[in-house]
Amino acid sequence: MAGVASSNLKRLLKQLNIPPLTIKRIIVAVFEAEVNVIAHSYGGKILCDFEEEQVQVDVIDTGPGIPDLELAMTEGWSTASDEVREMGYGAGMGLPNIRKSCDKLSIYTKAGDHTHLSMLFKFKEES
Amino acid sequence: MSNQLFHHALYIVESACKGCTHCMKRCPTQAIRIAKGKARIDNDLCIECGQCMAVCPNNAIAIEQDSLSQLEAFTTRVAIVPAVFFAQFDDSVTLSHICGALYALGFTHLYLAETGVDILGVLEAEDQSTTLPLISNFCPSVQRLIQVRFPLLVNNLSTLRSPAQVTALFARSELKALFEGLGIFYFSPCAAKIAQFKTEGSEEHRLFDGIINFDTAYNLVCAYIAKHKGDADQKQHTFSFPDCTRKALRWSLVKGQSSHHTGRCLAVDEMHNVIEFLEILEDEQDTNLQFLELDACAEGCVGGILTVRNRFLATERIRHWSSTVPKQLSQDLCERIIEQKQAFLKNLNLEPVQALHVLGLDTDHSKALQKLRKAERILAYLPGIDCGLCGSPSCKALSEDIAKSQASIRQCAVLKLKSAKDLNSLARIWGERSTTADGLQDDQA
Repeated sequence: MAGVASSNLKRLLKQLNIPPLTIKRIIVAVFEAEVNVIAHSYGGKILCDFEEEQVQVDVIDTGPGIPDLELAMTEGWSTASDEVREMGYGAGMGLPNIRKSCDKLSIYTKAGDHTHLSMLFKFKEES
Repeated sequence: MSNQLFHHALYIVESACKGCTHCMKRCPTQAIRIAKGKARIDNDLCIECGQCMAVCPNNAIAIEQDSLSQLEAFTTRVAIVPAVFFAQFDDSVTLSHICGALYALGFTHLYLAETGVDILGVLEAEDQSTTLPLISNFCPSVQRLIQVRFPLLVNNLSTLRSPAQVTALFARSELKALFEGLGIFYFSPCAAKIAQFKTEGSEEHRLFDGIINFDTAYNLVCAYIAKHKGDADQKQHTFSFPDCTRKALRWSLVKGQSSHHTGRCLAVDEMHNVIEFLEILEDEQDTNLQFLELDACAEGCVGGILTVRNRFLATERIRHWSSTVPKQLSQDLCERIIEQKQAFLKNLNLEPVQALHVLGLDTDHSKALQKLRKAERILAYLPGIDCGLCGSPSCKALSEDIAKSQASIRQCAVLKLKSAKDLNSLARIWGERSTTADGLQDDQA
């Protein structure tokens, strides 16, 4: 079920005393990435690397890769199946939202290969 | 960063506590541990919901009590009474009876707390919190639950003053000119409102001079009425302040606040429902909801821990009563409110509340991460049956307590029964607080 992984991550982040607004950004991005893995790929994993002032989250799936990354980054563009859309996802905002939520995003992907998202979140001072 | 000044009204009666695990298992913030056979409350985590008190089979959890003798310090004694209090009595006791008894007990002025709802309405008060959905701050327990367990939602909390506070402001403003020695008292249905009011420096503290628990007041009123039953009942007693509109009177009932908001609203009551809902809300990116009314107690304030009467019967009495009061605010009342308008200017919103950061294993990120890893490794050895015999509410909680050096793995009764020898070597690995021969913790360490 989409959302389980990001929910579990949220619980951990709270225990690690990560600032609430940073948790919010991480959860928004990881939730979107999690949905992408479920909706578009064969499966995948989420890796988190905690550092003193930042968190690095890697979402790695097992394929089939994104043929045109630039198109996928466009707001509103989606290849989601009707089944996925019926569940309320597939609005074409996934990758654009991820880019907005994190401080640094790098994506490796190739049609026929896997997709690897690297997201970096810095703990910003909160007002 | 935790607010050390937060006042706690709930306490453990050690002489009555048998160290059973009922309260510990029920606590929604895992604030209770059993040590040396007695329950202990972690004040940083406690949200004063009163669930522990409700579930305790030995009456070992109590709420602090102010005595009525505090009234003597004042010459003008004002009672701010929520409608729920009147609903504690059955229909044979009329509003006039109850008001009469309260005057006889020493109060000089009676105000209905719900009048504050109409005052807010007349003044067209607007909430300064703009994050949607807006979460009502009426229940102090829910507010604190969000501060402790749902830090991502603190900005959604309303900052508007609660009706009882507004009524107190009004009473103070209206009576200040007339009397010296003015004392304002609030009747509380629960521990959370006492805690909120007594927290030093809180807004409530400046408004109220004392607080009277529902059950105490109920007993006093009942005793008075029983004693004076034979008296010729000619005098009609009523509020010093005309009551409120129909809508306002239903404020404390479930969905009572929602009717004051336009847009899509949702009302959730009872602690575990509220938690389940907040978990979803925290994950949800977009909701179409505008306003959320969350009550820690079942059926809202009528289910408060200090209430006497069945909450459904109490709800019914408030509904019936509300059907007898006018829908519109009287012209006279409206004018009285506008006359005191000055007292409320810039005073209807409270300071926004902050997240409390008490869930973290350590304030330092890297230390917290170390402890988290340690807890994970310990958890793998624990039996996972959450029996509670160790004094922590679950195996996971024990693993975290050990990681925080607040407990020893020797406390696990299941591991001890399985293999005492293995337990010794585990205890050596994970560290321990020194234990006595019978395995109980020794705090001298």
